[in-house]
Amino acid sequence: MAGIEVTALHKRYPDGTVAVEHVDLSIADGELFVMLGPSGCGKTTTLRAIAGLERQTTGDIRIGDTLVNDLPPAERDIAMVFQFYALYPHLRTRDNLAFPLRAEGLPKAEVQERVDEAARLMRLGPLLDRRPHRLSGGEQQRVALARALVRRPRAFLMDEPLTNLDAELRADMRTEIKHLQGELGTTMVYVTHDQVEAMSLGHRIAILNKGRVEQIGTPLEVYDRPASLFCAAFIGSPPMNLIEVELADGHLRSKSGLTLTPPPNLPRDRSLIAGVRPEALEVTEPGAEGSVPGRVVSAEWLGDEIIYVVDHGDQRDVRVRMPLNVRFAADAPVGLRHTGGPPPVYDASTEELVA
Amino acid sequence: MAVSVNEAVSAGPARDRTPPARRRRGRGRAVVETATLTVLAAVMLFPVLWMIETSIKENRDVYAIPAKFFDFTVTLDHFKDVFVASGGGPTTLSGSFLNSVIVAGVSTVLATVLGVPAAWAYSRFSVKAKKDQLFFILSTRFMPPVVVVIPIFLMYRQVGLFDTKLGLILIYTAFNVPFTIWMMKGFVDEVPAEYEDAAMLDGYTRLQAFWKFTLPLLLPGIAATAVFALIFSWNEFVFAIFLTSSDAVRTAPPAIAGLIGGTTVDWGLVAAASIVFALPVLIFSYLVRKHLVAGVTLGAVRR
Repeated sequence: MAGIEVTALHKRYPDGTVAVEHVDLSIADGELFVMLGPSGCGKTTTLRAIAGLERQTTGDIRIGDTLVNDLPPAERDIAMVFQFYALYPHLRTRDNLAFPLRAEGLPKAEVQERVDEAARLMRLGPLLDRRPHRLSGGEQQRVALARALVRRPRAFLMDEPLTNLDAELRADMRTEIKHLQGELGTTMVYVTHDQVEAMSLGHRIAILNKGRVEQIGTPLEVYDRPASLFCAAFIGSPPMNLIEVELADGHLRSKSGLTLTPPPNLPRDRSLIAGVRPEALEVTEPGAEGSVPGRVVSAEWLGDEIIYVVDHGDQRDVRVRMPLNVRFAADAPVGLRHTGGPPPVYDASTEELVA
Repeated sequence: MAVSVNEAVSAGPARDRTPPARRRRGRGRAVVETATLTVLAAVMLFPVLWMIETSIKENRDVYAIPAKFFDFTVTLDHFKDVFVASGGGPTTLSGSFLNSVIVAGVSTVLATVLGVPAAWAYSRFSVKAKKDQLFFILSTRFMPPVVVVIPIFLMYRQVGLFDTKLGLILIYTAFNVPFTIWMMKGFVDEVPAEYEDAAMLDGYTRLQAFWKFTLPLLLPGIAATAVFALIFSWNEFVFAIFLTSSDAVRTAPPAIAGLIGGTTVDWGLVAAASIVFALPVLIFSYLVRKHLVAGVTLGAVRR
C-alpha cells in the first residue's frame, strides 16, 4: 500500500489537444480519493497517467516513494478497473482472475489460493466456470473488481466502473466498493462524472475542470463551500442557486430584495454572487416576515420532498427544497426568504470564492 | 369495453378470411418473383455457362453453326492443353498461373503484414494530423492504375524492376496497403482498447498485448480484408500487361488475353484457361463468405 503524489502534471497530445493543463494531487495511503468532473475535464487522462497507460508531457508521479514516470504499467504495482470491464473474452472467470498472477509467475498453489480468496470476497463462486459473455453487467464488474483484488496491488485505480450498470445495481456496487476499500485499506483513486457517487464514496473529492483542479476537499467541504462557481454548479441536485448580490448596510441583498446574512471579511469593491443551497431557502405565505414576494413557477414532487422553482423578480429563478407538508400550487403568490447561515460568496469576474 | 368486444368479434372472421387470400396473393407473387429472377439469372449466367460449355466441347463443336447447346461430345482436352504442352512438359500458360499465385499471394501477405499493424496504430494512438494522413493514404487509390502505369513503367525500367515478379508484388502491395489500413481500422476500432490496457497492467508490453489479445479478435476481419486484397492482385490486368514482357514473369490475366488475337483463336483453350483462373478466387470467397459480409457491412450499424 502506498500514497500517490502527482506533481504539476501536464498532458498534451501530439495533435495539440491539451487533456491535462496542470494537476497537483496528494493522495494519502489508504485513502479513497475521487476525481470528479464533466467529460473532457482530464480526470481519466490523469488516472491513465498514474496507471502508466499514458505518458505525461511534464510533471512527476510518485507511488509510495517510487518515482514511476518511466516505469511501464506492469511495474507500478497497481490494478485498474475499467468502464467496460475488459475481461478477457476467451477466458473463464477463474482464468481471468488467475491471469495477472500467472503473468507474474506465481506458484500454482498460491494462484489457486488467491483466486479462491478473491472469489469468496466478491461472491463469485457460481460464476467461476463461465466466460464473460455469459455474465450480466453487474457480474462482469464484480469479476473485474476481483481481478484487481487478486494482485494485492499498492493502489486501485477505478475508471468510471459503475457507469454501464443500471441505477439499482449501481447503488449496490457503490456500497460494495466502499465496504471493500474500507476492509482492505488499500489506496483507491476513483474517477467518476457522477456527483452522487463522488459524495457517497470519497474520503476526499477533487473536482476537475478543463484540465485543472478546481477544488479538493471532503464531501462536506465541497458541498458546503464550493471553491468556485463551477464547483457550486456541479455539486448538489438541484445545484446551488447563484444569486447576484450587493453588500448594503451590513446585509447581502439581491436585486429582488432577498436578504442574506453576509460572511465576515467580504471585499467591498466588486460584484458578488452568493451560492445558496436549495435547502437554505424557504417558501412562505406571501408577506411573511423577512420574505420577498415571489411566484411559484413549478413544483417538482419527489416523494419525500418538493422542489419549488420560484420567480422572485431576479434574472434567474431559484430552486427551493421544501418538506412535503408545505404545499403551494403552481402560479401561487408566495414569499421567499433565506433561513441558513452566511452563504459562500464568489467574485463575479474571477468566479472564485471570496468569503 | 364495447370497443374491445367489437374488435374481438370482428377479428375472428377476419383471421379466417384474409390469410388464405393473402397466401394466394403471396403465392402468385412468389411465382412471378421466382420466374423473373430465373430469367435474370439465366441472362447473367449465360456467358459463364457458355464458357463452361466451350471449355468441354471439341473444337469442331465450338465452331459449329448453328451452335450446339446439348448434343456435343464432352472432352477435357482443353484443360489438359492449359497445363501440358503438345510436346509434353508444362505450358507457358501454366507458368503464368504459377506466377499469379506467387505474385498475388506474396503481395497479399505483405499488404496484411504491413497494413494490420498500421491500422492498429491509427486506431489506438493519437497521431499528428491523423485524418489528413488517412485521407492521403486513401487518396493513393483515387487514380485508376491506367493513369499511373506509364510513369511507373519508366521508373521501373530505371531501377530494374521492369519485367520482374518483385516489381509486380511491390506495386500490388502498394495498392493493397491503403485498402488494408482503411478496412482494418474499422475492425480495430470495434475491439475495445481496454483489453490492451488491462493486459499491459497485467505485465505485458504494448506489442504483446496487441499480439495476444487484439489480434485473435481481429482474425475474421483480417480474413475478409486479405480476400479482397487477394482478389485485386489476382485479377489485376493493367499493371500486369504493361510491366511484364516475358512469359517467365507474365501473370495469368495478360497471358489469357494473349491467347486471343493472331490468325486463329483456340476458344476452347481460352475458355478452359479462364475457368482454371476463376476457380481459386471463387472457392476462396466461398470459404470466407461470412467474414466478407461482415467486412462489407461493418460500421453500418452503430453499436
